[in-house]
Amino acid sequence: MSEKKPKTIFEKIWDAHVVKRAEGYPDALFIDRHYIHEVTSPQAFDGLRKRGIKVFNVNRTTATADHNVPTKDQHLPIKEALSRHQVETLRKNCKEFGVELYDLGHPFQGIVHIIGPELGLTQPGMTMVCGDSHTSTHGAFGSVAFGIGTSEVEQVLATQCILQYKPKTMKIEINGKLGKGVVSKDIILYIISKISASGATGFFVEYAGDAIRNLSMEARMTICNMSIEMGARGGLIAPDETTFNYMKGRKFAPQGEAFDKAVEIWKQLPSDEGAVYDTILKYDAADIAPMITYGTNPGMGMKVTDRIPNVEELKEINEQVSFKKSLDYMGLEPGSALLGKAVDYVFIGSCTNARIEDLRLVASIVKGKKKAPNVEVWVIPGSKQVEAQALKEGLNKVFEEAGFELRGPGCSACLGMNEDKVPPGKYCISTSNRNFEGRQGPKSRTFLASPLSAAVAAITGKVTDVREFI
Amino acid sequence: MSKDKFTILKSTAVPLPVENIDTDQIIPARFLKATTREGFGDNLFRDWRYSSGDEPIAGFVLNNPAYSGKILVGGKNFGCGSSREHAAWAIYDYGFRVVVSSFFADIFKNNALNNAVLPVVVSDKFLQSLLAAIQKNSKTEVTVDLINQQISVDGKSEKFEINAYKKECLINGYDDIDYLLNLNKEVREFDLTH
Repeated sequence: MSEKKPKTIFEKIWDAHVVKRAEGYPDALFIDRHYIHEVTSPQAFDGLRKRGIKVFNVNRTTATADHNVPTKDQHLPIKEALSRHQVETLRKNCKEFGVELYDLGHPFQGIVHIIGPELGLTQPGMTMVCGDSHTSTHGAFGSVAFGIGTSEVEQVLATQCILQYKPKTMKIEINGKLGKGVVSKDIILYIISKISASGATGFFVEYAGDAIRNLSMEARMTICNMSIEMGARGGLIAPDETTFNYMKGRKFAPQGEAFDKAVEIWKQLPSDEGAVYDTILKYDAADIAPMITYGTNPGMGMKVTDRIPNVEELKEINEQVSFKKSLDYMGLEPGSALLGKAVDYVFIGSCTNARIEDLRLVASIVKGKKKAPNVEVWVIPGSKQVEAQALKEGLNKVFEEAGFELRGPGCSACLGMNEDKVPPGKYCISTSNRNFEGRQGPKSRTFLASPLSAAVAAITGKVTDVREFI
Repeated sequence: MSKDKFTILKSTAVPLPVENIDTDQIIPARFLKATTREGFGDNLFRDWRYSSGDEPIAGFVLNNPAYSGKILVGGKNFGCGSSREHAAWAIYDYGFRVVVSSFFADIFKNNALNNAVLPVVVSDKFLQSLLAAIQKNSKTEVTVDLINQQISVDGKSEKFEINAYKKECLINGYDDIDYLLNLNKEVREFDLTH
């Protein structure tokens, strides 16, 4: 009797979805769930029209409008002509091809990576794609989820498959107890600061260890969400009781007996004992502190109490040149500290940190307090459902009393496609995922941090160690 | 659908030796509102290329009349960040057919290959000598030979890797959908069982 080779969860899911594997060719991978939005889908639908073909299976694709939507007056027609045209094009395409759309105003509308999980569309063991790099978010459920380009969106619409080379596997283990004021955003910013913005390129990451196991689903999503920020193809966490409890009763999750059956199958997904990874990294949870970025890629992060490195600490001349360019952009000095640095804006939102748990974390800090006079604070819930829950819990009152502005759902100032932009030269502490030059608006400057750190900065008006506050 | 066919390209090259060039720099989000694939070249590297008053920034290489050509040479981790294919469309629309770097982000690499833009991965050492050559003389011609998977400049050559399937697609102008549509029967079975 031959023994079966132990497999990682990633290999189990991937291998179960290979429609065709041929020597010298990428795998033709079947895609269980496909999400689309207004920005990366119009050219894909055009492609279908040009070829004269339909969507392969409309039940496997779900659409929403998120990237380019206003967060104010969402009931009114979109003011900006190009944005309006793009959202109207999505409507037209979804209608013509028969794709379900959660449009502006629909109770399920929201950021695509927030609504998929909350509706139970995202499920363990699935292959999932979306024309958005933060599709890795869905890996938190133990699925193989990754971002794709528009040509690939067209492939999936047309064929329900995608041609992909199987990436290498990396396990990142975090064990131990997280310190005071340290949340999942700090874990992922810490990992990226250790391995750089390209440290996991070519890999699919599995996050493991007891510090990961102890996290809620929301917190796990934050970690998987930022896998792309270290270049990873995706990141996932094996499903467990936390996952099943979250799934139970969700609108599109299996119900009743079918759910129990699904759980039995999902329980087979975790990596086998003895499964081999191409790379394994291990970190101690106790070494992680509240984190903040100081540069223009998410790998340029540090503990909030640290100093920015000096140029000489970087080995290569090219690295030094790019580092200096980055700090010049940020208006920061090498070797300086960020603690006490005044901020102008606080952005609480994005597919990284705009779930109800994130809003609760923020509210826990600001309750009964007022924002500093020098800051403007935007709270952008991730979805209509998050918004509704926040209202139900009275979080809106907490934000209102603090002087925060609670708006409608969307991607908003994470990428500044709509009107929500940080003005040139201004500093924004942001719970989003990218601190690239101009990301939050032309010449804007971003410090990435956790919802706790962002909340405390909103109160003090400057970069603050949240541990001194709680 | 057939695309441009690529076999061999001889051209001058444009040096942009910055590391971690993300797709937000290649094409900022505010220019992603179009619903077609054309016209993005005008906004390629928009915020490095133009001031907020839309004046060309003299120091930026695309505004330097000495440099032109179909080959862009970038620093390590080129194309990281957002999956926006608009970045590949902008590079193509501007007129580039090859991007050379010592390291590409995965999604960008796929997007480039799907749009008849060849990402050429070279060693750090070759990248430095290539940059030095074109910075010394902007008229330096670079040859990218896809058939033999070789890049040459100033008498120096290096082999580059590309997988056999993507190479075939580029040489013949095929795309992935042509291949996948032929699997329709097998996929229908998967659709019923997954």
